[in-house]
Amino acid sequence: MSAAIELAAGVSGSLGSIGYGLAAIGPGIGVGIIFGNGTQALARQPEAAGLIRANQILGFAFCEALALIGIVMPFVFGK
Amino acid sequence: MSADQTQLAFDWSCRILSDNGCGFPAPGLHSFLFEPLATIGGFEFNKVMLLALITTLLVVAFFWAAFGKAKVVPGKLQMIGEAGYDFVRRSIVYETLGKREGEKWVPLMVSLFFFIWIMNIWSVIPLAQFPVSSVIAFPAVLAAIVWLVWVGLTFKRHGFVGFFKNITGYDKSLGWVLPLVMVIEFFSNLIVRPFTHAVRLFANMFAGHLMLVMFTVASWYLLNSWLIPAAGVSFVMTMFMIVFELFVQAVQAYVFVLLACSYIQGALAEHH
Repeated sequence: MSAAIELAAGVSGSLGSIGYGLAAIGPGIGVGIIFGNGTQALARQPEAAGLIRANQILGFAFCEALALIGIVMPFVFGK
Repeated sequence: MSADQTQLAFDWSCRILSDNGCGFPAPGLHSFLFEPLATIGGFEFNKVMLLALITTLLVVAFFWAAFGKAKVVPGKLQMIGEAGYDFVRRSIVYETLGKREGEKWVPLMVSLFFFIWIMNIWSVIPLAQFPVSSVIAFPAVLAAIVWLVWVGLTFKRHGFVGFFKNITGYDKSLGWVLPLVMVIEFFSNLIVRPFTHAVRLFANMFAGHLMLVMFTVASWYLLNSWLIPAAGVSFVMTMFMIVFELFVQAVQAYVFVLLACSYIQGALAEHH
């Protein structure tokens, strides 16, 4: 365990990019689920296309916002 | 911060493999700061404010020209205006608020939609090339307007006690978890909601502008000796990003207005 901590302390450079990579995992999964299920819903019930598309885009925006906040945060907190 | 940096957002003479040994001039916060164009009595008037002003005039002038003298058989301009108005009315307001309640909110939502959309579109218009909504103040004020509207409406509809019941999601059937739910709902509705509402638009435009600037700067930076093909790739990416941004701009305006409508719907809903 202490060896791992020592190793982690030695890491330097552009850590923000690694952090953003981690932050993008969740929204990536979320967007995938939304569009996957949205397409399925469209295939099952094509007549509800308008309603499904509106909710799909809404869900997409909710998820995507998390990834975008990840982009902005390094600028807020600086170096 | 030099005027050069804020105007051009990068060092003009900097190229890869050149002798002066400068690194890639990455875009950062300095791409969002502008030297004032004019100072009027201590008030600094910069490019962002100018664009916002033009946006306002443009939206007002367009709808004035389209509907100022509305005819039964519409002309070309009125046709476009009606198409835009009808799009917001049918696909956003009616879908969320319904026909009876929604009609009253159509004007607000139409103005919000077109104002935000045009503020976003400046991002890809030559010479302007800066999305006004990537400055947090603009989305923050718009979100504050929507917040005031729905909070006020909730008070008006439900009264003082009803307001808190509506905001905290009061529901007796939840039993012992009710206090916890109420606290979480209270904070998420009153404080987190307007924050994310503004930040969603802001962050989208901020990130989009950064990407555009990065690929544009990179296509210039790589334009040297054997790396010229790489500059070509970067230039193609710039073009691709412009098309993608056009899509994102429309989606963000749509989402902002859709969320505003769904908040108002929450205010109108009867609690049970």
